[in-house]
Amino acid sequence: MFKYLPLLWANLGRKRLRTSLTLASIVVAFLLFGLMQTLRVAMTGSPELAGIDRLITMHKTSFVQSLPLAYLNRVKGVDGVVTASSQDWFGGVYQEDRNQIAAFAIDAPTFFEVYNEYKLKPEEKQAFLQDRTAVIVGPMIAERFKWKVGDTIPMRSNIWTRKDDGGNSWPMKIAGIYQASNGDNQSMYFHYDYLNESRAEIRDMIGWVVVKVKDPDRSADIARSIDDLFRNSSTETKTSTEKAFIQGFANQMGNIGKLLTFVAAAVFFTMLLVTANTMGQAIRERINEIGVMKTLGFSGAGVTFLIIAEAILVTGLGGLIGLGLAALASKGIGAAVAQFFPVLGMPPATWGIGVVLIVLLGGLAAAIPCTQASRLKIVDALRKS
Amino acid sequence: MADESLVRLRGVAKDYKRGAETVHVLHALDLDIPRGDFLALMGPSGSGKSTLLNLIGGIDRPTSGSIEIAGTRTDSMTDGDLGKWRAHHVGFVFQMYNLLPVLTAERNVELPLLLTKLPAAERRKRANAALGLVGLSERAHHKPRELSGGQEQRVGIARAIVSDPTLLLCDEPTGDLDRKSGDEILDLLQALNQQQGKTIIMVTHDPHAAARAKHVLHLNKGQLSREAAA
Repeated sequence: MFKYLPLLWANLGRKRLRTSLTLASIVVAFLLFGLMQTLRVAMTGSPELAGIDRLITMHKTSFVQSLPLAYLNRVKGVDGVVTASSQDWFGGVYQEDRNQIAAFAIDAPTFFEVYNEYKLKPEEKQAFLQDRTAVIVGPMIAERFKWKVGDTIPMRSNIWTRKDDGGNSWPMKIAGIYQASNGDNQSMYFHYDYLNESRAEIRDMIGWVVVKVKDPDRSADIARSIDDLFRNSSTETKTSTEKAFIQGFANQMGNIGKLLTFVAAAVFFTMLLVTANTMGQAIRERINEIGVMKTLGFSGAGVTFLIIAEAILVTGLGGLIGLGLAALASKGIGAAVAQFFPVLGMPPATWGIGVVLIVLLGGLAAAIPCTQASRLKIVDALRKS
Repeated sequence: MADESLVRLRGVAKDYKRGAETVHVLHALDLDIPRGDFLALMGPSGSGKSTLLNLIGGIDRPTSGSIEIAGTRTDSMTDGDLGKWRAHHVGFVFQMYNLLPVLTAERNVELPLLLTKLPAAERRKRANAALGLVGLSERAHHKPRELSGGQEQRVGIARAIVSDPTLLLCDEPTGDLDRKSGDEILDLLQALNQQQGKTIIMVTHDPHAAARAKHVLHLNKGQLSREAAA
């Protein structure tokens, strides 16, 4: 195989401009593919954060509609429920609108019982629980905005306004920087009481309830029991596993993911046509040379192998450069959109898929030239000189 | 004489279809060429010279008849076997040289050796030896476009002899060269015949080139019309 490399390499240099343009097209195609894979996984990767022993109870219609605070205690009383904690979406903005932060108003005492994967230093946890205006933040946003424990930060909400001054600024004091083993390292959590008492719009309403169950195998029964509790009330609920809840969001994003996949497929198909056309043209120009090689004793299979190898060399070179650039670019993009997507960076599987695509693209691009070459009669080919 | 033949053709005919019409290019030829011969095949255009050369070289198949080279029937071989046989037993020299333009002279000469299991160093050594034999050692790293026509043809001859074939088939080897370069090529072919014992069959239009051969065979309308000693 390696003895043919000089020949394959030399053939790439035959028409340098054409080879460069073909390579550039393939680089761009694989760069797009890598970036789209990154975005697709970023948009659909959150379910991995879900705990198997947690359920989410939300408004039956939509999670943007609130539940009465009283539901929290009623849920806690359902058989099989260990504890429950409420959450509310705050819509946090720090300093500028582009600094969107996943900020949640939580029932602080029960939060750590439900989410035992969130760890704080004991003194930070105590400080957080004791101060209504305290907030805990993930290490990534702390690093991003250079926040330290003890800092007071002016958080704004793009949902709520304050009833005292009609503004939307909630000063919060950083009590601790949590470490979460589930990969959530860029959110912030503060006291529901702080939000509930100071917001103008509604009072004693919560966004959703996170339920910790004793036996995950009974999740379906427990979810049904919770929903039965509020059936035929003015605010009916829908309870599902946390994974299904997150998957619900992911599915909305997943449609965008599908769209991206279609775009990627279209780009790939176009690239296939471009590469196949280029390879076909390159082989047609070398019919005489193929005839000479066959005269010298190269078999039809040998010539086919060389054509496929040449195509895969082109797609491989372009593909690996494209994926390399995508990996670098996704790191940069990942850092820029870290607050929106918890799963960041080009997934390692992209390399594997990329290699399969390289071989597939090269193989398909070489298919027509190979057919032409294998059907070629030596005497006809030699007449083309 | 027949028993010493390297090339033996019996009743070889070749027809081509041209639309509904069948063109009879060669008519039931019988031919024996002894080992070590230098044979010139002459004849007008369309007489079937190149077709005969292609049949002997195993790059085309006869419509009927048998072809035996060094005791091996080549007309009944599969394409794959015929390819392997060509690689070992036949060297081709073309009118238009047919070198691969992207490869250096050395790499062009090495090309047939890629089909062997020889290590790279040995392949390179043999390629350079063949280039030395045709007097082009100093041009080993030049590409065909950097060589004159005569030099290109010498590289073509080096490629033809690098795997030490039994038979050299030359199709108008001087047809694209000036007289001086043509003479150099003919000197080289003569030397290969006389000093290396290569059996050479050369198609040519040129009586001057044919005069260098040991024998001349005339082909007219697909039939061998006359054989003469040069």
